[in-house]
Amino acid sequence: MIGRLWAIAYSTFREAVRDRVLYNLIVFALLIVGAALLVGQISIGIERLVLVNLGLTSISLFGIVIAIFIGIGLVSKEIEKRTLYTVLAARPVRRWEFIIGKFLGLVGTLAVNAFFMSIGFFAALLYLTHRFQRADANLLVAIYFILLQFVLITSLALFFSTFSSPLLSAVFAFSLFVIGTFADDMRGFAKLTEGGTKWVMTGISYLVPNFSSLNVISQVAHSVPVPGHLVLLNTLYVLVYAVAVNCAAVLVFEKRNLK
Amino acid sequence: MPAIETFALAKYYNIGFWRKRRKDALKSLTLTVEEGEVFGYLGPNGAGKTTTLRLLMGLVYPTAGSARILGKALDDPAMKAQIGFLPEQPYFYDHLTPKELLTYYARLSGVPGKDRARKVDAALARVGMSESAGIQMRKFSKGMLQRVGIAQAIVHDPKLIFLDEPMSGLDPVGRREVRDLIQNLHEEGKTIFFSTHILSDAETVCDRVAVLNKGELRGIGVVADLVSEVSGQVEFVWTGAAATAEIAALGGKTHVASETFRTVLAQEATDRAIDAIRGAGGKLISVTPVRATLEDYFLSKLETVERDAQNMQEVTR
Repeated sequence: MIGRLWAIAYSTFREAVRDRVLYNLIVFALLIVGAALLVGQISIGIERLVLVNLGLTSISLFGIVIAIFIGIGLVSKEIEKRTLYTVLAARPVRRWEFIIGKFLGLVGTLAVNAFFMSIGFFAALLYLTHRFQRADANLLVAIYFILLQFVLITSLALFFSTFSSPLLSAVFAFSLFVIGTFADDMRGFAKLTEGGTKWVMTGISYLVPNFSSLNVISQVAHSVPVPGHLVLLNTLYVLVYAVAVNCAAVLVFEKRNLK
Repeated sequence: MPAIETFALAKYYNIGFWRKRRKDALKSLTLTVEEGEVFGYLGPNGAGKTTTLRLLMGLVYPTAGSARILGKALDDPAMKAQIGFLPEQPYFYDHLTPKELLTYYARLSGVPGKDRARKVDAALARVGMSESAGIQMRKFSKGMLQRVGIAQAIVHDPKLIFLDEPMSGLDPVGRREVRDLIQNLHEEGKTIFFSTHILSDAETVCDRVAVLNKGELRGIGVVADLVSEVSGQVEFVWTGAAATAEIAALGGKTHVASETFRTVLAQEATDRAIDAIRGAGGKLISVTPVRATLEDYFLSKLETVERDAQNMQEVTR
């Protein structure tokens, strides 16, 4: 089972690499080098703040875009091109193994992508500030949270991909990402309402993926430490949410007729 | 133990957006394929051949009935490791080379690491793709993809191989090679179930065939037996006199080619036809029993379906 999961995950990673997904690193490198050179000249005293905001937001957005655009085709493209026939039909591969292997492959791709971006980001930071500070350790936490965001968005895109067209899947996944970015605000709004509206708003705010808790970029940019319990809670939250969404994806995919 | 058994296997789809209509893709299929057989599954386009294969492969779920492969349920992983499948018009991950693709599939099929490279090379050599093993498949023609498709179906040395239109997209040389490959696999003791609408291919390599039309099994049996069902005709060739009226009286039609006359009549009319031709002054050149082909059997089955449908319409009126 582990061998098959690894084989499917590695195949997904290799496909992404050969489809030139990692070319986004060049765009990111140009962006971060340009930022490092420019920021020092135009924002005296807040160079670190600007670079951290720009660098981490870029790592996050590049990854989210890749996760959505690859994730939405992970299953539907395989059905459309019929490439999964030869994987599922006459191989001892269970449908859930296919889904989880694909999920792990894309998350792995995003992690490698984020790793190289992070190296570029820290190099630019070192160029700008000449030495690392103790507070920079928080940047690693922010990057870890970005990785957790990738896990969430990948599971959502993959889930939609099991029953919907790539275009609709992209719309659903991106909409949920945007709504989830305001999950904390929705909870605040729910507290201000009453009766049925309060119930509905509270329900929705807890149901949508909470991307706002996973965004500590502004906080670490201002060198404010991230509390340890938030790391633990966010990790647990993403694990539970991703497992639930992946289970839903498996359930849908198990029942599908692959015509 | 039979290699494949289906019991009243059926699949229908509800089509239409507002008013759902039922479309039967496969109606109550019951058949058995024995181990070591080359079994041809014949039918015109849309007959239900691919639906049957997708049902057997567990890609679509049956509406009714059941099936067993190698004595096991259709979702049994141990059984799946022992079968190979070539889908119709196969399409693979085009960023991979055939060698990478086959290595991936061999791994998924549970081929041990130490045997993997050898089996991949052997499968590619068997379909004549060794020299293209390192080229990304996005550069491949349809025929080359078909060869890779066959290679991936046999890379893990399965007991039972399902081939959906294996000759599709191949030139005459390629078709010949695939026919030879099927015969070689047969000699190695493999069971082969292949669907096709190219009847000459089936006639050449199959032990038994089944004919499917409009989702229904129309006939099944050994090729020679099925063909004998539709033979029973004799061809007469003669010169001299046309004997048109006499032949017409026996229910035949005389065809003329230069100075030679030709007709085909039922076997029972042989003696009377010989007398008629000689009586009219003709000189017989040959009297040959007509050898029916699988195509004749196939067409006779399709005609039966058409006739049944017409009769049904008339009864309804």
